[in-house]
Amino acid sequence: MSELAPEEMIINIGPQHPSTHGVLRLEVISDGEIVKEVIPHMGYLHRCFEKHAESLSYGKTIPFTDRMDYLASMNNSHAFVMGVERMLGLEKEIPKRIEYIRVLVCELNRIASHLIAIGTYGIDIGAFTPFMWCFRDREHIMNMLEWASGSRMLYNYIWVGGLFYDLPVGFEDRCEEFVAYFKPKLVELDELLTNNQIFISRTANVGELPLEVAINYGCSGPMLRASGLKWDLRRVDEYSVYPEIDFEIPIGKGEMGKKGDCWDRYKVRVDEIVESVKIIEQCLERLQKDLKRTPDFDPRGLVPKKVSPKAQDYYIRAENPKGELGFYFITDGRSDIPRRVKARGPSFNNLSVLPELSKNILIADLIAILGSIDIVLGEVDR
Amino acid sequence: MDLTKIKNILTKRFGDTCIVDEELQGLQPALIVHADFLLDICKELRQNKETWFDFLSCISAIDYGPNEGFGVVYHLASIPHKTQLTLKVKLDDLRDESILPSIDSVSSVWRTADWHEREAYDLVGVFFNGHPDLRRILLPDDWKGYPLRRDYQDAESYHGIPIN
Repeated sequence: MSELAPEEMIINIGPQHPSTHGVLRLEVISDGEIVKEVIPHMGYLHRCFEKHAESLSYGKTIPFTDRMDYLASMNNSHAFVMGVERMLGLEKEIPKRIEYIRVLVCELNRIASHLIAIGTYGIDIGAFTPFMWCFRDREHIMNMLEWASGSRMLYNYIWVGGLFYDLPVGFEDRCEEFVAYFKPKLVELDELLTNNQIFISRTANVGELPLEVAINYGCSGPMLRASGLKWDLRRVDEYSVYPEIDFEIPIGKGEMGKKGDCWDRYKVRVDEIVESVKIIEQCLERLQKDLKRTPDFDPRGLVPKKVSPKAQDYYIRAENPKGELGFYFITDGRSDIPRRVKARGPSFNNLSVLPELSKNILIADLIAILGSIDIVLGEVDR
Repeated sequence: MDLTKIKNILTKRFGDTCIVDEELQGLQPALIVHADFLLDICKELRQNKETWFDFLSCISAIDYGPNEGFGVVYHLASIPHKTQLTLKVKLDDLRDESILPSIDSVSSVWRTADWHEREAYDLVGVFFNGHPDLRRILLPDDWKGYPLRRDYQDAESYHGIPIN
């Protein structure tokens, strides 16, 4: 306190504040409306994921990964499962149908996650309607994933070596109906928010993140792409069946202001939804033609009775809706419990750039910048 | 860019002692570097045009168990070369909480390391020399002990509240 200048004041935003998107506390040193410095404090949602993972077998850890980024549970468990499968040497044997179902549900979940990011960002800026519209459309995805897995948000659907269940009969048709319903809604959303002059004024030229700063802080996902770099691990690492699927990687172009501003980050997410819809259509086509369900298809056929990889360590990274999700495993080769699992959450690294972006800006812009980072505190704190 | 080439660049610059060992078996080969050279090696890997590891994915601190000591593992990625590299450092087995095992901070090379090193300090109890702001990040400031150590004992109470 003694270091504060006479005109400066400390304001706490959060941990119980809607615009912090969860239990995040921002200690703001301000001079009137101007933010001098921001110090984020987190850990309010720390649930010891890594400690739990050291005492549970791999299959039992999957529900814990679901609870990290709880808005994109499918993507989390997909990354975790891929890592374990590679350590077991299983990943080439997984049937195509299983891989396509995994990609299908992951992309559905990616759309759901981006819809939340966009909807809540609207609320942060002061637009309430987009939030209601996004949640209405997200609810259709939640219903479909609940139908497939039995749970609305925390699925435990993707297992090591397979899936919990095959897709329910009729899922593909309902998914097609959803795609047909959803495409016009995206146009409406563009009219309502993307090209809304008030929204553009609040977000363009705000919180500009230069590319070298983004890389230096370990930003990934839409944060990094909005700064103008085509870097998507689905293309770089070519995991699962993504090499067989045709999609673009949207990047920020600075259409409304400078490259890498809040509007660019928002726009990258909107464009990614369009690309995810494309991926879903291609998955559905394959799943309805050459990879149809057959009576003897067993989604748990390759699920090992005991998962115990030989002694090694392995770092798996995958493209989560928020960025690079990594798991670092160390195994001892004897037990079915890993010796160490370290999780690298994309939100954790994306949030670390906030103090850098928030120097000498308005408090209102701080909210706009924080919203554009799209954090999930379940993953920041783990 | 394979491991031997990277190794040659480093040994040419810093001498043979900078690399202690290498792990070639397994899915991801790794270099085990000497703790004294870590910061120089990281700077070189970041700046050298041939390696250009500009993206630090992850820092993991590990307690390998009593008598085996601690370790820190760095996962680097190069965006232009599309390569990955694992660096490992072995640290002394200092179990006494008044002297923590220590290593140079790389937060001056990659700012990602800032929060990752705070997390490693918080949960495993590894001290990073030269870190600008080394304090606990996930646990409360007055937490006792380092929970991801193998000899960690759960606390009986926190501020007089029984928690076990």
